[in-house]
Amino acid sequence: MTDIGNELSIPWLSLLTFAPLLGALLIMFGRSMAKRDANGAIAPDTQRDVDNSARRVALLFTVGVFIVSVFVYLSGYDPSIGGYQLVEEAAWLGGINYKMGVDGISVLFVLLTTFFFPICVIASWTSIKDRVSDYMIAFLVMETLVLGVFCALDLVVFYLFFEGSLIPMFLIIGVWGSKGVKEFAGYRMSSRVYAAIKFFLYTFIGSVLMLVAILWMYAQTGTTDVPTLQQTNFPAGAQTWLWWAFFASFAVKMPMWPVHTWLPDAHVQAPTAGSVILAAILLKMGGYGFLRFSLPMFPLASADFAPVVFALSVVAIIYTSLVALAQEDMKKLIAYSSVAHMGFVTMGIFTGTKQGIEGALFQMISHGFISGALFLCVGVVYDRMHTREIAAYGGLVHRMPAYAFLFLFFTMGNVGLPGISGFVGEFLTMAGAFKVNAWVAFFAAFGVILSAAYALRLFRQVMYGELTKEPLMTIADVNNRELALLGILMLFALYLGVYPHPAMAVFSPSVDLLMNNFNAGLLSAGGA
Amino acid sequence: MDVLGGLSQFIPELALICGGMVLLIYGVFNEKNAGPTVSVAAIGVLLAATLLVAASYGQDTTVFAGAFKIDAFSSFSKIVIFAAAAFAIMMSDKYLSADQLSRFEYPILILFAAVGMALMVSANDLIALYMSIETQSLALYILAAFNRDSRRSTEAGLKYFVLGALSSGLLLYGASLVYGFAGSTSFDAIAKVATADGAGPGLIIGLVFLICGIAFKVSAAPFHMWTPDVYEGAPTPVTAFFAAAPKFAAMALFARALVGAFPEAIDDWRPVIAMLAVASMAVGSFSAIVQTNIKRLMAYSSIGHMGFALAGLAVGGPAGVSAVLIYMSIYVVMTVGVFACILLMRRRGGNSEAIADLAGLSDTDKSLALIITILFFSLAGVPPTGGFFGKFFVFGAAVEAGMIWLAVIGVLMSAVAAFYYLRVIWVMWFDEPAAAFERGGAAHLGFTAIVAALLMIPGFWFLIGPLKSAADNAAMALF
Repeated sequence: MTDIGNELSIPWLSLLTFAPLLGALLIMFGRSMAKRDANGAIAPDTQRDVDNSARRVALLFTVGVFIVSVFVYLSGYDPSIGGYQLVEEAAWLGGINYKMGVDGISVLFVLLTTFFFPICVIASWTSIKDRVSDYMIAFLVMETLVLGVFCALDLVVFYLFFEGSLIPMFLIIGVWGSKGVKEFAGYRMSSRVYAAIKFFLYTFIGSVLMLVAILWMYAQTGTTDVPTLQQTNFPAGAQTWLWWAFFASFAVKMPMWPVHTWLPDAHVQAPTAGSVILAAILLKMGGYGFLRFSLPMFPLASADFAPVVFALSVVAIIYTSLVALAQEDMKKLIAYSSVAHMGFVTMGIFTGTKQGIEGALFQMISHGFISGALFLCVGVVYDRMHTREIAAYGGLVHRMPAYAFLFLFFTMGNVGLPGISGFVGEFLTMAGAFKVNAWVAFFAAFGVILSAAYALRLFRQVMYGELTKEPLMTIADVNNRELALLGILMLFALYLGVYPHPAMAVFSPSVDLLMNNFNAGLLSAGGA
Repeated sequence: MDVLGGLSQFIPELALICGGMVLLIYGVFNEKNAGPTVSVAAIGVLLAATLLVAASYGQDTTVFAGAFKIDAFSSFSKIVIFAAAAFAIMMSDKYLSADQLSRFEYPILILFAAVGMALMVSANDLIALYMSIETQSLALYILAAFNRDSRRSTEAGLKYFVLGALSSGLLLYGASLVYGFAGSTSFDAIAKVATADGAGPGLIIGLVFLICGIAFKVSAAPFHMWTPDVYEGAPTPVTAFFAAAPKFAAMALFARALVGAFPEAIDDWRPVIAMLAVASMAVGSFSAIVQTNIKRLMAYSSIGHMGFALAGLAVGGPAGVSAVLIYMSIYVVMTVGVFACILLMRRRGGNSEAIADLAGLSDTDKSLALIITILFFSLAGVPPTGGFFGKFFVFGAAVEAGMIWLAVIGVLMSAVAAFYYLRVIWVMWFDEPAAAFERGGAAHLGFTAIVAALLMIPGFWFLIGPLKSAADNAAMALF
């Protein structure tokens, strides 16, 4: 802990975290002020105004939060320090305090979050036409909760945000998801409802076990302060089940094979911006949780069960890549490829090597840009054709050259082409894995080959060939708004791919600290 | 002398009794239009009683030769009960007059039930325990059958009465066994006999019967059968009242009877309570999944919630009892709020009770949908709502006492229960809109619902600290 946060004396992190909530309240207030007729209905003209102001307020707040977050990062955060910075604390419930703070591991996720929310608001500007104000409220609430997850330095506060983020995503998938009907458990429900429920229950069941573990740690130590708990040596036997309880939660969130099945459903049904947030940010909570809690708090169990994680990661990499090869739906294909890429992350984290962990962190950031951009790309054609089926496309390069270029770039990023950020993460995680277990790295390498196979297949079927399908004849190329969004993401992916050092330099001191902590934890137990 | 001295400690209860009597006389002489006046006056009496309890908060005495105990625990419980009863009267006003049920007896019966409940939470003697339960129950039986021209309502009243009488029988039998083996009806005297190795089989059998009798009152599984039928059959404002205050009173009575009379025999009653808790959580979670009527859903939901509260009671100790009080307080707020919303579901003059009637509510009435959403997420125990904190402290107490298995079963059951709470939410948000509900007029209900929702988030982030210290303080009074 440093006193930089105290110098500023303004609770920047809380401000950032709760500012979007303020925006949501503002939209709610604005809507309730709208003129209504006797039946409580709003006239179409007024409704349009309400919708437009909701969009503007959401944009204003998300962009504002982004600008402030960059400002705070540049002026208040010292990347050369590995410990927690900008720490704020307020007494709450005895051993449970409201505590916020960031270090090198979380600060980039905070920036990633504040960066992606304005993108999502812009991406939904015209594609969301129903219940616009509800939609913007859901997104703003979600931003608050997600920022809270990455800033919280108290387990209970973390849990509140972590679980709370299910609520807006549940509604986003369920209300603005795509059409379709499915039979499930005797209910005839639309498939977006099925996906929303599946998303909620999977993550909820995983997380409640973590809650029991949190309660146990609280009962044992009398505190839920994360920095304190990271220094606590829990007995080896307890570490085992605590680790599994946390693992249950984060593995579902990640998601790892075999609890990944909610992700393709959620991705396919969610609206474009929902998919982007899910892929770019929500999945990262799992990896973040492993790094923030599992590794430093339960080093013994983490080392003991690393082979299990390796096995699951390798299965995820190879199996879900194969599954991705067989997909007929563009979003589903990208969703499965996300699971495969997250396999590299879990593998890297549990190597317990500096390279592996840094690679995992880098892979998460880079995957945010690339998969977020890929979902946006799918959104571009989906907005025009209202189908995500690969077979419905073909020869788009003739009508949409700029789009084809962008799509190709992100496809290559997904494959892990050197020069684009995806390569760095995959390379480092595999290098880390190679040190620990060469077989793991050997099998994981197949994932790289397979990812080329499914990604290039997708690109060929959608972009190349003759433009024969009638509805595609008049399809328009990306407009300026879409071009700007994808262009920005492309620049980031390219920059990080060519010159990964700036990102590495930010998390390196914190990873060093984490490694020291982790190794000390292993040693002290070895001596006992 | 002793009796008169005791009366001075009983001013809140006396205020309720006298207030009820006066209102009864007033009502008899102005039968035509007494309803609204009596309702307002009854709320005033309850508020006055709440203030009187609050004013004397913190004392610790026994009255009537040890039959009742006035301490922080009883004061805490009385405040919650009186507030819940006042809200129940406030909520019922409009509904009862719309259905031609507006009789002045209704608020008076609630007043008398509140007297019974106030006595229940301070009972410190088996006879006092039985008498106070009966005082409460007699008023509740009549309330259940209040819509006397409705077959469902009379059936509910009859069912409630017969099963209530059965449970009273069990309770009395248990009490007589305990008296026989302990030689006294006073909790303090029983506690001296029921030591860890001194509690003989007779006393234990009596204890188990006693537990069964009270389990009926809190509707813990397997003694829950009456709950769904009574909830569904009784007029909705009555159900709202049943689901909140009497549950709190019975749970508080449960805590005092077990912790006060059998503190040393905790190893004997803990497995029984834990079993009741697990059974209630399971029944509440699984049976609710198939319900289509929202009142029945709430009945099963309340059975599940009693299971969670009993899990805290099974832990025993100050942490466990405090968790029970926190859990039940939050439960009462959520329940009152949800029933206010159910009462707002009016269409073509009648009250809708089907979950399907909520379809697309987020389109037709956004604020009501938002309130129900918050309350149902809270019932499900999803953070950051108040309902989460209730579960947090209950399972925290269980884990602290080394009963991790109970906490694990509890959280898994809460995940099962999350499904049916989500179902209501998805019907409101994801389904095509049904006809809109009638609007306007029911300002009381809207007020109640909004207060409850605001209390759940964000009020709870600020209130949970004071609530916890008050509950800790109240729980310590038992030890």
